[in-house]
Amino acid sequence: MTDQAYNFAYLDEQTKRMIRRAILKGVAVPGYQVPFASREMPMPYGWGTGGVQVTAACLTPEDVLKVIDQGADDTTNAVSIRKFFQRTAGVATTEATAEATLIQTRHRIPEAPLTEGQILVYQVPIPEPLRFLEPRETETRKMHSLEEYGLMHVKLYEDIARHGHIATAYAYPVKVEGRYVMDPSPIPRFDNPKLSGSPALQLFGAGREQRIYALPPFTQAVSLDFEDHPFEASKAPHDCDLCGAADSYLDEVITDDQGGRMFVCSDTDHCRCRREAGHVGRLGTPMIEGVA
Amino acid sequence: MYVAVKGGERAIDNAHAYLAEERRGDPSVAELSTTQIREQLRLAVNRVMAEGSLYDPDLAALAIKQARGDLIEAVFLIRAYRTTLPRHGVSRPVNTAQMAVTRRISATFKDAPGGQVLGPTFDYTHRLLDFTLEANGEAPVAPRAPAMAAVVPHITSFLNRDGMIEEAPHDDTPPPDLTREPMELPADRALRLQAIARGDEGFILSLAYSTQRGYGRTHAFVGELRIGTVAVEMEVPELGFAICIGEIEVTECETVNQFKGSRTEPPQFTRGYGLTFGQNERKSIAMSLVDRALRWKELGEDYSGAPAQDEEFVLMHADNVQATGFLEHIKLPHYVDFQSELELVRKLRAEVEASTMREAAE
Repeated sequence: MTDQAYNFAYLDEQTKRMIRRAILKGVAVPGYQVPFASREMPMPYGWGTGGVQVTAACLTPEDVLKVIDQGADDTTNAVSIRKFFQRTAGVATTEATAEATLIQTRHRIPEAPLTEGQILVYQVPIPEPLRFLEPRETETRKMHSLEEYGLMHVKLYEDIARHGHIATAYAYPVKVEGRYVMDPSPIPRFDNPKLSGSPALQLFGAGREQRIYALPPFTQAVSLDFEDHPFEASKAPHDCDLCGAADSYLDEVITDDQGGRMFVCSDTDHCRCRREAGHVGRLGTPMIEGVA
Repeated sequence: MYVAVKGGERAIDNAHAYLAEERRGDPSVAELSTTQIREQLRLAVNRVMAEGSLYDPDLAALAIKQARGDLIEAVFLIRAYRTTLPRHGVSRPVNTAQMAVTRRISATFKDAPGGQVLGPTFDYTHRLLDFTLEANGEAPVAPRAPAMAAVVPHITSFLNRDGMIEEAPHDDTPPPDLTREPMELPADRALRLQAIARGDEGFILSLAYSTQRGYGRTHAFVGELRIGTVAVEMEVPELGFAICIGEIEVTECETVNQFKGSRTEPPQFTRGYGLTFGQNERKSIAMSLVDRALRWKELGEDYSGAPAQDEEFVLMHADNVQATGFLEHIKLPHYVDFQSELELVRKLRAEVEASTMREAAE
């Protein structure tokens, strides 16, 4: 059902143009945070308003939309955002990563490699990678313009001195094309290698903080590290208990009050595809065609 | 055996149906009409209009009803609606000297031209619960006085005649619009006032209170507080002159603050300014205190590090729609981030354990 009371994809055309201009600027200066006049959306700030505005500005009636939250298509907020665009844009939706032309995500990059022509839109809570080192926006903007990233390296060094490791598990900062340090949104650092050199266009929208930034296709994004402490993508040392995947990011599910737990793919589409292809994990059952 | 949690869509629909039922409450009790809210909960309506940045008492009443009385939620509904409205133009600045006042008081002068007009105020009421309101009482009728003179001059203008108070700087540059442009810092006074006017009443109140208690003290008196209706005029290009498109009720507060003078300015009083939609005294007084505290730089005062002097701190945290959204978003699933932290903490703990074992063995 399309809601006729609103323009295609909710926002009016002038607002979409304003957002597209910010996106184009972001694409032209990869990793740079472009201020934009974020609008109040009919969902709360912090729930994906930046991503929703970027998606609204990019959607065309021919698009096929996929929305994930924590890698899953069926988490409540993913359902809510998908429904919003079904209602206001009437676009086709899918759960299959390969079929989607535009994917809006919160906290994950799909396991299946993205392809040329696809757009991945990230919901970003705090776009500023330096924010927890320096709370003032006026200061951090200055630091970016002067390429003054020493503070970040000191922080990473202190982590190593204290813990023996860099103690950042998600939202792990990257340097884009040797220039801007960028927050990849709170994806687990397991996903960081997928940011770099992706054939897809990656757009980042932060509604409350009024910022848009981008990684154009085939842009280099290097996770910050030290020569003697190289970056390490980490995940739970298990295989998926449903599909047996050894190389996908896993969620831990508590199964009883006796310490029982299982590990399953956080990317629900990836897990389903593997099970349909006949892969069975430790606790999985062989999947019969069409029955979940 | 683990079964993937499905059916999020149905759960959401059912939750919303439950919410709608809860909103209505006991169906044997008569339903509250939006006109009742508009007329009898007027101060709530005013707050929603002020923080929602939209002067429409009927819509504000509807939002309060839909939000089950949660005023921040009602402000959010109004904001989300407001942002979809087309923009036909910009009004001329309202002339508050021409206000038809229902209340006008000064704390700095015992009397002044125009007089002290108390109007409908809670001040001097004894806060004793009035149990007669539990029954449906008669509609109270207040005694009436003849209407006041058309123009009630501002009290600060009397001070100004002797140069005792700074001039209100005259500025004809169109003010920035924070609903259409991203907030840029440092902000000018017009932008700051705009942000504070739609900022959360509680937040602005607490900031103002903190200046009174010494965190960025500016020692404010209420020079004048006035409430009443003003005409809204708009230039229509096709006509070539301004026409009145309606009237709105506003509350205006001007504070008079101590100022010991600087290298360029002799000692004189300075101003803080507050203006809100509707009768909204607490907010407009608080606004004028925070406005004054934020002016330390232009007046050459010291920055004492007080929160109310810190423009970035005040402007970035005053909006309750932003604040509540971000605060409540931590209810959303965070399995993925939490899992990565879990792995990290496990790894660090394993290493600590291993090293204590080693030390014990040695």
